Amino acid sequence: MSPREPRPTVPVTIDGQEVMAVEDETILSLARRVGVDIPTLCYLEGLSVYGGCRLCVVEVNGDARLKLACATPVWADMEVRTDTWDLREHRRRIIELLFAEGSHICATCVSNGACELQDLAATNRVDHIHYDLGFAPNLPLEPVDASHPRYVLDRDRCVRCSRCVRVCAEVEGAAVWEIAERGGNSRLVAEMDVPWGEASSCTSCGKCVLVCPTGALSFKGSAIGEMRHDPEVVAFLARAREEEEWLDRSAGSGSASEVRS
Amino acid sequence: MASAIDLDDVAHTEREARARYVRRALVCTSTACLAAGAAVVRERLTAVIGEHDEVGIVPTGCPGLCSRGPLVQVEARGEEPTVYTHVDEAGATAIGRDHLGDGTPASDVATVPADLPFFSRQQRVVLATAGRIDPDRLEDYVAEGGYAALATALTTMTPAEVVDAITRSGLRGRGGAGYPAGRKWGMLAEATGDTKYVVANGDEGDPGAYMDRTIMDSDPHRVIEGLTIAAYATGATKGYLYVRAEYPLAIERLERAIRAAKRARLLGRSVLDSGVSFDLEVRVGAGAFVCGEETALMASIEGRRGLPTLRPPYPTERGLWGQPTMIHNVETLANVPAIIARGPEWFAGLGTETSHGTKVFALAGSLNDTGLIEVPMGITLREIVFDMAGGIPEGRRFKAAQTGGPSGGCIPARFLDTPVDYEHLQDLGSMMGSGGLVVMDDTVSMPEVARFYVAFCRDESCGKCAPCRVGTEKMHAFLDRICEGVGRPRDLAHLESLCRTVRATSLCGLGQSAPNPVFSTLEHFRDEYLDLLVEEDVEPTREEVPGEPA
Repeated sequence: MSPREPRPTVPVTIDGQEVMAVEDETILSLARRVGVDIPTLCYLEGLSVYGGCRLCVVEVNGDARLKLACATPVWADMEVRTDTWDLREHRRRIIELLFAEGSHICATCVSNGACELQDLAATNRVDHIHYDLGFAPNLPLEPVDASHPRYVLDRDRCVRCSRCVRVCAEVEGAAVWEIAERGGNSRLVAEMDVPWGEASSCTSCGKCVLVCPTGALSFKGSAIGEMRHDPEVVAFLARAREEEEWLDRSAGSGSASEVRS
Repeated sequence: MASAIDLDDVAHTEREARARYVRRALVCTSTACLAAGAAVVRERLTAVIGEHDEVGIVPTGCPGLCSRGPLVQVEARGEEPTVYTHVDEAGATAIGRDHLGDGTPASDVATVPADLPFFSRQQRVVLATAGRIDPDRLEDYVAEGGYAALATALTTMTPAEVVDAITRSGLRGRGGAGYPAGRKWGMLAEATGDTKYVVANGDEGDPGAYMDRTIMDSDPHRVIEGLTIAAYATGATKGYLYVRAEYPLAIERLERAIRAAKRARLLGRSVLDSGVSFDLEVRVGAGAFVCGEETALMASIEGRRGLPTLRPPYPTERGLWGQPTMIHNVETLANVPAIIARGPEWFAGLGTETSHGTKVFALAGSLNDTGLIEVPMGITLREIVFDMAGGIPEGRRFKAAQTGGPSGGCIPARFLDTPVDYEHLQDLGSMMGSGGLVVMDDTVSMPEVARFYVAFCRDESCGKCAPCRVGTEKMHAFLDRICEGVGRPRDLAHLESLCRTVRATSLCGLGQSAPNPVFSTLEHFRDEYLDLLVEEDVEPTREEVPGEPA
């Protein structure tokens, strides 16, 4: 099937709205197309689906077993609810847990005002944390890794979304990042846990910094509130690859200017 | 290529050799008895007897009564078997000299009657030959009818007929969830791929559970036979036995059994000259509980980090290296040879209406006798606890039994007469689980029990998804406060709401079921939680504020 040919559609109800979904698209892609807002954190268009943050849980056909909007394809006559009381409660609690896990002090963060975790808290009305932090919030849990000449890693602000891991492996092809250890001890490491500046596989492309939803990865030299990420760049790159935008069509195929990704 | 084993011939020779013995001592050399000193006992017996034509000393797998090990069973022609318990070096000398030497029972060594309810109330299918044969000898297993089911399947049944037999038997997964095995076999049989895989999950990790360990170290060939039949039925050509590294004896015996089976052409190229090939190897886990979850297990086999992934796709569609894969718990597979040998109708006749067959339970906790039992599904908890395991020690009272490990729940005394099967346990807010059964007496605090299991899940969380990674940590913090007597009513309320979120939103079974011990202890023993709460707000004293001088 050529990409121009329209794909078959199926009827789906989402929050009471009857819409036509494209077969095989995910609930999340449908929701975004028809203007239904489902919060996400680890999901990023252009990267593989991870399913770690669990914020995009939705109810399907009233089933108690929740589905992930980012990973569940639509089917005909599916009835999706994205905004029940239970779902809102679950999301709020997960956001609280993320805040309670690290040292997320917006007032001292480079990403203040441009942070997806902060946005999630604001849009989901999380203004208190009901959980014991278990640590002193104003003191660093782990030293900042500023060994890279251009970028900084502050693990205290990391939410383990693995966007950086995936963008580095899947788009840049360098696979510098991995999450090491497990459970509450899991932490982002460069290569075999070396200081970032010593990671010889790092191409310093900065994609990891651009996709980071919080202030965990930032440009060196950013002051409080100065850091601006650009996660959409990945969707742009993925689409450009898919549509072979870098192919110089005028030169004909096989010419030296053809760049395939 | 060496010719395939002649099963009848080997069985006949082996049985003849056995018949020459007037007396045989079966020495348990399973993990628990070895830990209690069985190696010395065996050495001693061998030294006393020396080379003897009429007396045999057989190292065996586990007969079950682990709390009274090391065990030595003496069988003499024309005599009821004697079960010696707590045998030490002196005991072994006495047994060797008296009972094996001249046939008079050793008077100074403790015994239990061979018809002790612990033994006589059992119905052994999976453990039929465990504790009866030398796990390191293929011939021993063959003499008991081993590999006959495989031969039957290969020579008289089509793969579809084997799948059908498993379906009709009603066998359900013994790893916990109870998924119908026949359905899984059918899905793999229908799946297409370059290579299909079958995997035995021996990553048993629930606290207090040792069913699979015992099956593997006591009767490794039974697992191999079950897996090979599964491979034939589904068209799989490659298999893995995934065993946790903490089971070195099981690993050693499985590897030895695989080598023996390969030499006998019961594995490898053209199994028993059937033209069907099946290759099998052991993969050793690296110490993560979550690798018992099937998607994490597959990642581990592939050499990746043991993290669960999203399902669908299910392993039977896309599993190991993207190929169709079927994963079964060790005990499930160990049921297969008997189902083929004795017929699905026989198996379906065991147990209850919806839960067919037997279940192996690992008894632990406050019981007079602990160890491994295999009982028909539907037996009551009371029969297990009081009739078979001899009740609670030191006159204390039965309080609750935890089934299903950290994913399960507790069953209080008033449900002692509930039949133990998949449905009834689920109705009680617990689950069958893999078969760990931990009994608690009236000295045990149930919030403490919940705290213990939640700590286990927190430590074993892989960290991939937020609700489990952080949620179990915070659940534990609330339970800490409650158990330490500084919890307030709102702590309990937050704990409960957090548990609901962790259950509803976690990625894999580990996180989804981590709140179960909290829910079930709250359901049956809420008063104990309430008694621990303090009504007023307890402010930290000056000394407790971190970083500030008192």
